[in-house]
Amino acid sequence: MFNKLLRHQFLFEELVKRDFKKKYKRTVLGMAWSILSPLLMLLVMRLVFTQFFGRGMEHYTTYLFCGNLVFSYFSESTGQGMTSLMGNAGIFTKVNVPKYLFLFSKNVQTLINFGLTLCVFFVFCVLDGITFTWKFICLLYPICCLVLFNVGVGLILSAMFVFFRDIQYLWSVFTQLLMYMSAIFYTIDSYSYTVQCLFLLNPLYLFIRYFRKIVIEATIPTIWFHLLMLADVIIVFGIGCWMYKKYNTRFLYYV
Amino acid sequence: MSILEVNHVSIRYMTGDFKEIGLKEFFMRKLTHNYKVVEFWADRDVTFSLEKGDMLGIIGTNGAGKSTLLKVISGIMEPTQGFVCREGSIAALLELGSGFDGDLTVRENTYLRGAMLGYTRKFMDDTYNQIIDFAELQEFQDRPFKQLSSGMKSRLAFSIASLVNPDILILDEVLSVGDGAFRKKSENKMKEIIHGGATTILVSHSIEQVREMCSKILWLHKGRQVAFTDQVEEVCRQYQQFLNGEIPLPVEKS
Repeated sequence: MFNKLLRHQFLFEELVKRDFKKKYKRTVLGMAWSILSPLLMLLVMRLVFTQFFGRGMEHYTTYLFCGNLVFSYFSESTGQGMTSLMGNAGIFTKVNVPKYLFLFSKNVQTLINFGLTLCVFFVFCVLDGITFTWKFICLLYPICCLVLFNVGVGLILSAMFVFFRDIQYLWSVFTQLLMYMSAIFYTIDSYSYTVQCLFLLNPLYLFIRYFRKIVIEATIPTIWFHLLMLADVIIVFGIGCWMYKKYNTRFLYYV
Repeated sequence: MSILEVNHVSIRYMTGDFKEIGLKEFFMRKLTHNYKVVEFWADRDVTFSLEKGDMLGIIGTNGAGKSTLLKVISGIMEPTQGFVCREGSIAALLELGSGFDGDLTVRENTYLRGAMLGYTRKFMDDTYNQIIDFAELQEFQDRPFKQLSSGMKSRLAFSIASLVNPDILILDEVLSVGDGAFRKKSENKMKEIIHGGATTILVSHSIEQVREMCSKILWLHKGRQVAFTDQVEEVCRQYQQFLNGEIPLPVEKS
């Protein structure tokens, strides 16, 4: 697979370039939107939710930003990834190229967006009086997991999207639901122990929780926490790869 | 040692309900056993092989399975039955005009298409000007692709594609591109490539062209192989007669 990637490196670069150009076409601020839009989102949430949930909570802005950071990357990456294969139907029905390239190129773009937002996040941490420790290095783990997780979900969604366009609408409802279940703007401390455990079933909550542990509480989660995340990633990524392998030559019939 | 071997290849297209329906309909029909998939055999038991330097012409009426066969040979599709053996690199120039992105400029599209055809970045840097010159699009380099006329689009597509240097070259009706002057130019360019020693497969509706250029001929009719032989002249004559309604479809003597 890596050999294949190397062979198609030029095509991959061109696809990434194309996606970038198309995304920021006719926008005055261009790339700046990648930083501005999460910030505006944060501002809105901060204004609204401080009244209800954030009272008396330390570092609420950072708490909120952690959730927002992870979630907006997830929803952007999967939402855009979903249409990536279908959108390039004109190409893969005429030229023999690996089909996952289209998704990967979209993912590179959202990853760069995420990177920019992450920088802003660290600036906010400083403003919020967070002390930086060596433990911040551990953040690489959830980030890597998140990238693979998003690619996996993207693989699954983009494959399903070819067969059923309904996925688009179902997924937007589902992400909405997921957002409310990921404890982005509220804490789960007031729930019973069983309910708190149920939250661990939500992979996105795990990523967000990991960020918060490191940044706000300056503690490294347990090894089980790590393994749980890894298991989620492997399952989702595995299913995605399997779907692409299975349907690789069949996508053609549906477009 | 044959460079391309197509062995008893059959290709089945699945058509029918599943293309148009959504998720709800899909489950409803599955439940009520009303879900129909129609099988359609685009190609049935096609067998031939080519040696190095051969020039194969594929003829047949519309819907004979020519384009589908090319897709299988180029590896875009997998044959449902049988197998295809290829030696060396393969370049398929199918429906050249499609697959461009209207929002990107001509320059960006050129690079993207080059990348799709498997060129390297260095190669594109070196030959970019040559491509634009050949397509006569110097003034349009930084215009969005969608502003070009359709003739210009196919000229650009042809110019990029004509730089390929594969072991096996597949041409689907690409010899007829552009207006009179450009057509002459493109035909010459194609002949140059073909005479460069590549094994070429040509799909054409022009019997003249096949007669003039090809050393072998494959006649398909509704997915079935009517003839594969190196007696191009003979088969062309029969095909012409068949088209005129003078003779019925000949049965392959194998």
